[in-house]
Amino acid sequence: MAHTAHKQPNYIGVFWWLLALTIAEVGVIFMPMARVLIAILLVGMALTKASLVAMYFMHLKFERTTLGLIAVTPLLLCVLLVFALLPDHSATPHQTGAAPAPTAPPRSR
Amino acid sequence: MSQVAALHADVVEPAESPLTPESWGKLGMWIFLAADAMSFGALLAGYGALRYGSADWPIPSHVLGIGLTAFMTFLLICSSVTMVLALASIQREDMAGVRKFLALTILGGLMFLGMQAYEWSHLIHEGLGLTGNPWGASLFGTTFFIITGFHGAHVTGGVIYLSCYLIRSLLGRLQPRHVNQIEIVALYWHFVDLVWILVFTFVYLL
Repeated sequence: MAHTAHKQPNYIGVFWWLLALTIAEVGVIFMPMARVLIAILLVGMALTKASLVAMYFMHLKFERTTLGLIAVTPLLLCVLLVFALLPDHSATPHQTGAAPAPTAPPRSR
Repeated sequence: MSQVAALHADVVEPAESPLTPESWGKLGMWIFLAADAMSFGALLAGYGALRYGSADWPIPSHVLGIGLTAFMTFLLICSSVTMVLALASIQREDMAGVRKFLALTILGGLMFLGMQAYEWSHLIHEGLGLTGNPWGASLFGTTFFIITGFHGAHVTGGVIYLSCYLIRSLLGRLQPRHVNQIEIVALYWHFVDLVWILVFTFVYLL
């Protein structure tokens, strides 16, 4: 029944950080800056909050490294997934240059 | 080590989980959470692809209630704190503390679900649905309800899961030796909070 002996993390301290980051996240969307910069800040803050919850509340910081690798693998796979979907992002219909549709009027030259 | 164990087969010792020696269940929960993270990741990646390729996607902060959902985020964060305090209570064998903090965590989850239901009914009343969106691309409504609904289902499951332990504790059937089980349910609850942090960022704020 032993668990890795370590000093109990400062849970309330982590809570204050999470609260501060949440307030900052909501605040940042109203800032007069480029949407790309807002997006980068939001993603950065979200990942920081997620890491705090994972490391301290879920005790990943005090577990074996391999468990951390299992936990972080979905993040890597999802990033790959986003890149795999990139060709579909600009979902505009393609003009292939083939023969026009049968219902189209004949072209006059 | 398994060969040594085979040589001493007359002495049967339970095998230790390779990464989490104190509990196989903990490893099982981590692996389940990794798989569940893929489900949410697939939904969010798909959401990103659909939104990026759409011409008339509404700006979420203009049509969704950011104040309410920011408070919901705060609520789930608080419930994660009470969950970790419940675990700390059972680790120091304070069973009354376990009951108190389990109850507070469940309360946080129920309040979150109530607010989610309120938000949903408000949006449905304005015409947002799985197939309709008064503010633009209909996929906005589809992705919104599927993603928040999938997460809400996880919260509901977590509330039921936690309630089982609260009931067991109230019946006097939860003992300090069950610390691993509380640790496992805590992992699930923190995961639900973690996913909401990401959903809040990508669906509501971005």
